[in-house]
Amino acid sequence: MDAIKIQLPHTVQPRAENANDGAVSRTMQPIVTGTSVVAFKYKDGIMMAADTLASYGSLARFRSEKRLMAVGDNTLVGVSGDLSDFQYMQHVLEDLETRELCMDDDQTLGTKSVYKYISNIMYNRRTKVDPLWNSYVVAGLDHDEKFLGFVDLYGTRYQSPTIATGFGAHLAQPILRKRVEGREDEIEEEEALAILDDCMRVLFYRDARSFNKLRRAKVTAQGVEISEPYSLETNWDFAESIVGYGG
Amino acid sequence: MFRNQYDNDASTWSPQGRIFQVEYASEAVKQGSAVVGLRSKDHVVLVAVKRSPNELASYQKKIVRIDDHMGIAMAGLTSDARVLSNYLRTEAMRSKMVYGRPLPVGRAVNMIGDRAQINTLEYGRRPYGVGLLVIGYDDAGPHLLEFNPSGIVSEYYAYSIGARSQSARTNLERNFEQFQDLSLQELVTQGLRALRDTLQQGKQLDTMNTSIGFVGKDTKFTMLDGEATQQYLDLIDEGARHAGGRCDGD
Amino acid sequence: MDFAQFQQAPVSVPTEHHSHGNRWDPYVDNGGTSLAIAGEDFVVVASDTRQSNGYSINSRYSPKAFELSNGSVLATTGYHADALKLVEHIEQRAQLYFHKHDRAMNVSAMAQMLSGILYSKRFFPYYVFPILSGLDAKGKGAVYTYDPVGNMERVNYQAYGSASALVQPFLDSQVGFKNQRNADPSRLLERPQAVKLAIDAFTGATERDIHTGDWLDLFIIDQDGIHQTKRELKHD
Repeated sequence: MDAIKIQLPHTVQPRAENANDGAVSRTMQPIVTGTSVVAFKYKDGIMMAADTLASYGSLARFRSEKRLMAVGDNTLVGVSGDLSDFQYMQHVLEDLETRELCMDDDQTLGTKSVYKYISNIMYNRRTKVDPLWNSYVVAGLDHDEKFLGFVDLYGTRYQSPTIATGFGAHLAQPILRKRVEGREDEIEEEEALAILDDCMRVLFYRDARSFNKLRRAKVTAQGVEISEPYSLETNWDFAESIVGYGG
Repeated sequence: MFRNQYDNDASTWSPQGRIFQVEYASEAVKQGSAVVGLRSKDHVVLVAVKRSPNELASYQKKIVRIDDHMGIAMAGLTSDARVLSNYLRTEAMRSKMVYGRPLPVGRAVNMIGDRAQINTLEYGRRPYGVGLLVIGYDDAGPHLLEFNPSGIVSEYYAYSIGARSQSARTNLERNFEQFQDLSLQELVTQGLRALRDTLQQGKQLDTMNTSIGFVGKDTKFTMLDGEATQQYLDLIDEGARHAGGRCDGD
Repeated sequence: MDFAQFQQAPVSVPTEHHSHGNRWDPYVDNGGTSLAIAGEDFVVVASDTRQSNGYSINSRYSPKAFELSNGSVLATTGYHADALKLVEHIEQRAQLYFHKHDRAMNVSAMAQMLSGILYSKRFFPYYVFPILSGLDAKGKGAVYTYDPVGNMERVNYQAYGSASALVQPFLDSQVGFKNQRNADPSRLLERPQAVKLAIDAFTGATERDIHTGDWLDLFIIDQDGIHQTKRELKHD
């Protein structure tokens, strides 16, 4: 009889001792994953979007996961990659927020500090060769200055007016570079929403791990606002004309 | 030989509710030469008189840089202050490393306040024999705080500690309401005037014994010693005819 | 002896990256190019600001040359996360030095320290190729180059990074006067020539190397301090 094998997320997997060489081995792959995050600067602040799907390989396993998170009053964090690692990070960031609140001295952690803190965690974990399998997009207004930064499992970080993770880096980023780059102080909210939806629609059409139930969020001088899930209008008529590959 | 039987250790109360060891430590602060701190809405300044143990010795350092946004001035046992400033410097670096931001000034002083408090709690420990005025600039603006051996931390518009510092405080109490809108230069000058009041008869502020430190909006922590203090010393008397007169007139 | 056995044996070619079994590789190459040219009383340092990951451009403006607290400039290439950590590491040590000695580090002291910092991670290196530039004790332009594990050399010019194979030979010819008759290889450039060559080197590198481009951070270090300018490179 075949034994049933259950694969645990790598973070909770016991560190197996290899009988052959005695070396410690770790599972080095994400298990339950979220796909792209798309974000860019516009006139009033930063827009961000991510769908609500958590995939288990190619299985659409959980369909209403939240991948956008507020840290403090004016920082927005989006995540792609392993969602159990993200939940760990959520706890870390909530602890950070609580510690800051308990200082009770009217000083708050700015977006840049949250970004630095997340970056340190990511870089330190990569240095232990036990990474958190995520990409983080951190957005906010820090001292009235728009901030949009990225950090991944290598601890690689950069700031840019437009950021897209995962498949978004290939499918959404070209759209953002065309429609946003150089205009990030001009784009009104209405246009920003249109750009965001266009990016997410393209991703839904082409990324097989995406989902047409998504949240968008904005961070402005008024703070962070994360929407309820919504769907995009799509049109699959073109599918009729596709011949071959099962068409 | 002993003043009483309750002062052998900092962790022993007297029946009157006093901790004598802490009070003795506070006496050490009063023996150090005076330092004065004062703040406007954009800047905060420290001025101090340095002492030299004898003609042949150099002057004891009174002001120490902690970071670009923070500095301290000390009165009392300078070696104790060195331990505290090393700790503050380490914590300031840590804040930059972990959060990418300058250590908030109030938190910094509370951290050393907590260390001083532990010394009043555990058997076999000695309270720090030094008082500090800490100045700094953070998101909440300029700050002036006092640290003392009891572990009490207080924030001030203007304050002074050390020998004969009551004279300086009298001066500051008379004038502090005008400090808010002063320029950095005027603030330093006001500080030096208050500091001058702490000097013994016949002693003068000069480039040898004066230390100045300041920090503020768009101004990194800066220390001035020696010849660099001359330009401010020149203003003490000159300004007294104008600014000083105005303050007294109020 | 069975020679056929040797001929059929799999050939292993040493490559720059050695993979250790299935282990996750904790390094990435973020591309980009840096150079420095020393003059008699100045140094020109230039780095492009593109940060890439494979064929993707992460950011068009992610500086990899850093002004340090002692008035020197550290230009990097390689793995950006390590470069940022390295700069943090250096600055922290420089601050300790400043507090201890009441004086900023001079460039030769920092150069030696940097070598030590890199070597201290000999068995898990910072994957960074640093170029440290400043003025030496006599006010002469000083450029120190390193490999990731701390080998150090003082040179008159250096190019590192994804376009180094293009830029270094260009500098060898135009700055080092190598392989030329009647030329003095030890001659140092005047400031305008050095700046012009640095810019030309990057214009050319941007054309041929996909990892180099977007913006050029240009530093001129002289007696008066550091003058920084930002110039546009092609964004394609």
